[in-house]
Amino acid sequence: MTLESLTQATGEWLKGTGPESDIVMSSRVRLARNLAQFPFVGRATEPDRAEIERLLRERIAMAPVGQSLEYIDVGRLEEIDRQFLVERQLISREHAEAQGARSVAIDRLEQVSLMINEEDHLRIQCMHSGLDLKGVWEQIRVVDDQVGRVVPYAFHERWGYLTACPTNVGTGIRVSVMLHLPALVITRQIDKVFRSLHKISLAVRGLYGEGSQAMGDFYQISNQTTLGRTEEELVEQVGDVVPVLIDYERRAREFLVRETQQNVHDQVSRAFGILRTAQTISAEETMQLLSRVRMGVLLGLIGDVNLADINSLLVRTQPAHLQKLRGLELDTKDRNIERARYLRQHFEGTGPTTN
Amino acid sequence: MKCQQCDKQAVFHITELESGDVRELHLCEDHARAYLNQAEGGGGSDEPAETGGGPLTGPLTVGQTADELAVLDKKACDMCGITFFEFRNQGRLGCPHDYAQFEKELEPLIANIHGATRHTGRRPEPSATGRPEGTEELTSVIGLRRDMQEAITDEAYERAQKIRDAIRTIEARWLGGPPA
Repeated sequence: MTLESLTQATGEWLKGTGPESDIVMSSRVRLARNLAQFPFVGRATEPDRAEIERLLRERIAMAPVGQSLEYIDVGRLEEIDRQFLVERQLISREHAEAQGARSVAIDRLEQVSLMINEEDHLRIQCMHSGLDLKGVWEQIRVVDDQVGRVVPYAFHERWGYLTACPTNVGTGIRVSVMLHLPALVITRQIDKVFRSLHKISLAVRGLYGEGSQAMGDFYQISNQTTLGRTEEELVEQVGDVVPVLIDYERRAREFLVRETQQNVHDQVSRAFGILRTAQTISAEETMQLLSRVRMGVLLGLIGDVNLADINSLLVRTQPAHLQKLRGLELDTKDRNIERARYLRQHFEGTGPTTN
Repeated sequence: MKCQQCDKQAVFHITELESGDVRELHLCEDHARAYLNQAEGGGGSDEPAETGGGPLTGPLTVGQTADELAVLDKKACDMCGITFFEFRNQGRLGCPHDYAQFEKELEPLIANIHGATRHTGRRPEPSATGRPEGTEELTSVIGLRRDMQEAITDEAYERAQKIRDAIRTIEARWLGGPPA
């Protein structure tokens, strides 16, 4: 597997399939694990980090899951390739921007990824398209068991799995779903929803994880605590709230169609129009407009466009993807021109609907 | 979960990115408002408010005096050498042994974050390598490696050799020797 072959594939989380995929983009679980015989990554010396990387790589290769994984030496990648893996959600931004020996092992379906020397020695991640937290948990549990048989995880009778940051200690689990909530944003109900999520100890983040603004109405909901409850309970905690959010979003979409049919039709048509005709366009604006068009497709206001296409454009118009598709490094100004060109080309032949 | 600044329920969970470092804040409504106002006045979201060294700077337990905190800050891990002060500043621990070394000090902090002080989830299989007693013995390797480095610096090669053998014995016990 090369990064070039990844460029051509769509990747698991943007397939646009799976249960409730009109609203739930992806379901993800990650586990934080550490080796007992080394300092945590932040305090490890460079030789320590190289040794941790080597040991984990060799040990994981001994596990059955190791047979289906490909290794990428993140430390040796060009910046654009690291950014590319971030855009695909296969590594975190922190992992891309860190220093020293670090790598990632990815399975061919882009469902499983194991980051070595992120904040913790090992971060196992599993992701499925649509709403499938149970399926994700079943899969990652098996991977964790297999790796646990060949790697001595740091574990404490009282504190559970030991992590560099006390906010992850215990289960080391982060359960998250990425939701597309444009109608709740348009109807200005989104803040109210977030406040009630915070009250039940759930965190809300933008598309590209911690610290980033939510782009294009995509939000990640995840558990905030990791200790004192079992993994299954934490999976349920996040899972239980998703149907409620889906219901709110569906009702808001119905409301928009019922009460403001012309208005919403106008908005999504204009968004579609800009995407089809712009000569230069930023990543942020593209994301925002694609979000509106995605809703328009789901409401039957835009024909000739399918959901998987929109999902694929969401990632392919990101800076690193765009440059890899073009085969050229481009500065921001040229990227905006190339992005507009790519979008025009993509939508060629699709006209405005008469619906 | 309790507010990090007082005893009220934490209802705001804020993640701050500071020069690539992630800090999480858990605050009640009043303290969150104070914090956010301060942050806005401090020049936008790119520069989070200076709270004097991170979320762990406040008193760890009610009634802790500055003197007590100063003594506590000097405590260091026997294995990796991190001081409690360094941990409070960085928000990251130095090695797995810190959880045993600073157990008493970490307890109120962890209770604040998670609203619990005991793991109830999965554990490594009994046959697997990651058993609690394995962790305890393996973390001693972190300290031994430091000792070995010191011996090499002192040109005490015989001592360094002995330490290296001790490390290998422990690693072999829990890792089953180097993978083929």
